[in-house]
Amino acid sequence: MQKYDAFTGNLAIATAMKQINPDVCAAYPITPSTEIMMIFADFVANGDVDTELVTAESEHSAMSACIGAALAGGRVMTATSSAGLALMWEMLYVASGMRAPIVLANVNRALSAPINIHCDHSDAMGARDAGWIQIFSENAQEAYDNIIQAVRISEHEDVRLPVAVCMDGFIISHSYEKMIYLDDNEVKDFVGEYKKTYSLLDIDKPITMGAFALQNYYMEFKRQQREAMENARRVILEVGKEFGAKFGRAYGYFEEYMLEDAEFVFVVMSSAAGTVKHVVNNLRSKGLKAGVLKPRIFRPFPYKELAEALKSAKVVCVLDRADTFGGEGGPLFIETKSALYNLPEKKEVIGRVFGLGQRELLPDHINQVFADMERIASGKETERFKYITVRE
Amino acid sequence: MSELKNWKEIPIGGLIDTPGSSEEYKTGSWRSFRPVWHADRCIQCYTCWTFCPDNSIIIKEGKVVGINYEYCKGCGICAHECPKKANAIVMEPERK
Repeated sequence: MQKYDAFTGNLAIATAMKQINPDVCAAYPITPSTEIMMIFADFVANGDVDTELVTAESEHSAMSACIGAALAGGRVMTATSSAGLALMWEMLYVASGMRAPIVLANVNRALSAPINIHCDHSDAMGARDAGWIQIFSENAQEAYDNIIQAVRISEHEDVRLPVAVCMDGFIISHSYEKMIYLDDNEVKDFVGEYKKTYSLLDIDKPITMGAFALQNYYMEFKRQQREAMENARRVILEVGKEFGAKFGRAYGYFEEYMLEDAEFVFVVMSSAAGTVKHVVNNLRSKGLKAGVLKPRIFRPFPYKELAEALKSAKVVCVLDRADTFGGEGGPLFIETKSALYNLPEKKEVIGRVFGLGQRELLPDHINQVFADMERIASGKETERFKYITVRE
Repeated sequence: MSELKNWKEIPIGGLIDTPGSSEEYKTGSWRSFRPVWHADRCIQCYTCWTFCPDNSIIIKEGKVVGINYEYCKGCGICAHECPKKANAIVMEPERK
C-alpha cells in the first residue's frame, strides 16, 4: 500500500538519505540546502542511521572529505547550493576525474552578485562540464525518487561517476506538498549493498590514487570519463524503468506532456514546468496544440531522444532559468538547438531566460511567450532570444 | 617507461594498482643542475641521504658512494645540507 504524507523538498531528500543510510556525509551549511543536513544530523544523533557525519569548515573541504571517503570505499552523500557548489568547483572535477561515486543534492540557488538566496539554475549550470551526471527534479516527489535512483546510477560498475540531483531552492525545498514515500526496506533493497571496486583502506591490495598524469596519459583518463557518461545513458534508463516496475513511478530522460501532436512546444526544467503545464492545459482547452518537454537528465544530455520527441513540433521555445552571458541563449537553449540540428527539417527554436534570483514566473508570462511562438509560426518577425519576467 | 597503453587497458580514474611502480618512472631528465659528490671531502655523516626526497644518494656497505642520476631531479637539497666544513657535494650546470 502506498503511504503518503506532507513533505518539503528538503525533508524529502533528508528522508531518502536516512533510508539509504550512507557511510559518510561531509557537509557545510548554505541556504536553501542547510535544512537537509540539519534534519539528517538529527537522524545521526538519534541513531536512525550509521552514517559518519563530518562537519567541514567549507564546501571545498566538504567535497574533499566526500572524495576521500568514497575512495576509501564508502557510500557517500552531501548537499549544497549556490556559492557552496561554486566553492566546491575544483573538487567537483577531482570527484569525477577520480571516479568517486558521490550523490550530491544540489538545491538550486542563484549565484552572487548581487547576493540572492533564492532559486535559479546558475549554480548547477556552472558545474555543467564538471563530469557529473545532473538530474533535475520538478517537485519533492521527483527529488526523493531521483536521490534513491542516483545511488544506483552513480555506483554502477559501467558508470562510477558522481551524481548531482537538482531541486529548485525555496519553491520546492521549503514548500510542503503531498508525497508518496517508500518503506525503509524497499529503499534498502533497491539501493542494495555498496560494492566497492577499489579501496584505499585495503592493505592487502595497495593502490595509489590521485597520481600525476602528464601529456602521455591524461587524455586516456578523460576518454574513460566520456565513455562512463555514455554508459550512464543506458544505466539511467534501466534504473528508471526498474524503479517504475517496483514502485509505480517510471523515469526516463525527460517527461513528455501533451507532446504527441504538439506544434508549439515549451522545453523547461524543474518546478517551472508545473506552471507551464497549467498554461498548456488552458491552451489545449482552446484547441491549441501546445505541449511540454521537461528534461530530467541534463548530463548526459539526451540529444537524440529529445530531437526525436520534438520531430512534429513547429516552434520550440526553450525556457532557461540561467544565462550563459554571451552565448546565443541559455544553457538549455544551446543544448536543445544543437540537438535539433540533427533533424532533417529545420525547426524554429527560440530562447527565453526567466526567473533569475527567483523572479516569479506567472501563467501570463507563458501566454505571452505562446503569442510570440504563434507569430513566428505565421512568419512574423519576433525576437529569437530575450529575457522575460524582467522590467524593460 | 613501458609501452603506452590505450584508455581501455588502464584502471579508471588515474588509479595505480601496482605498488612501487614509480621506480619505472625515471625523473633524472628533469635536472638542470646536477649534484657532484667528492669522495675525498665526504665525512660520511649521511645528512644528504637523510634529506634527499628521491632516495638518490647511493649507499653501499654503509658508505655514501655516489648519486643515482636516473632519479635525481637536481633539487640541490643534498648540496645545501652538506656540512659547510666538508662541502662534499657541489651543484654544477647540467649543460655548460
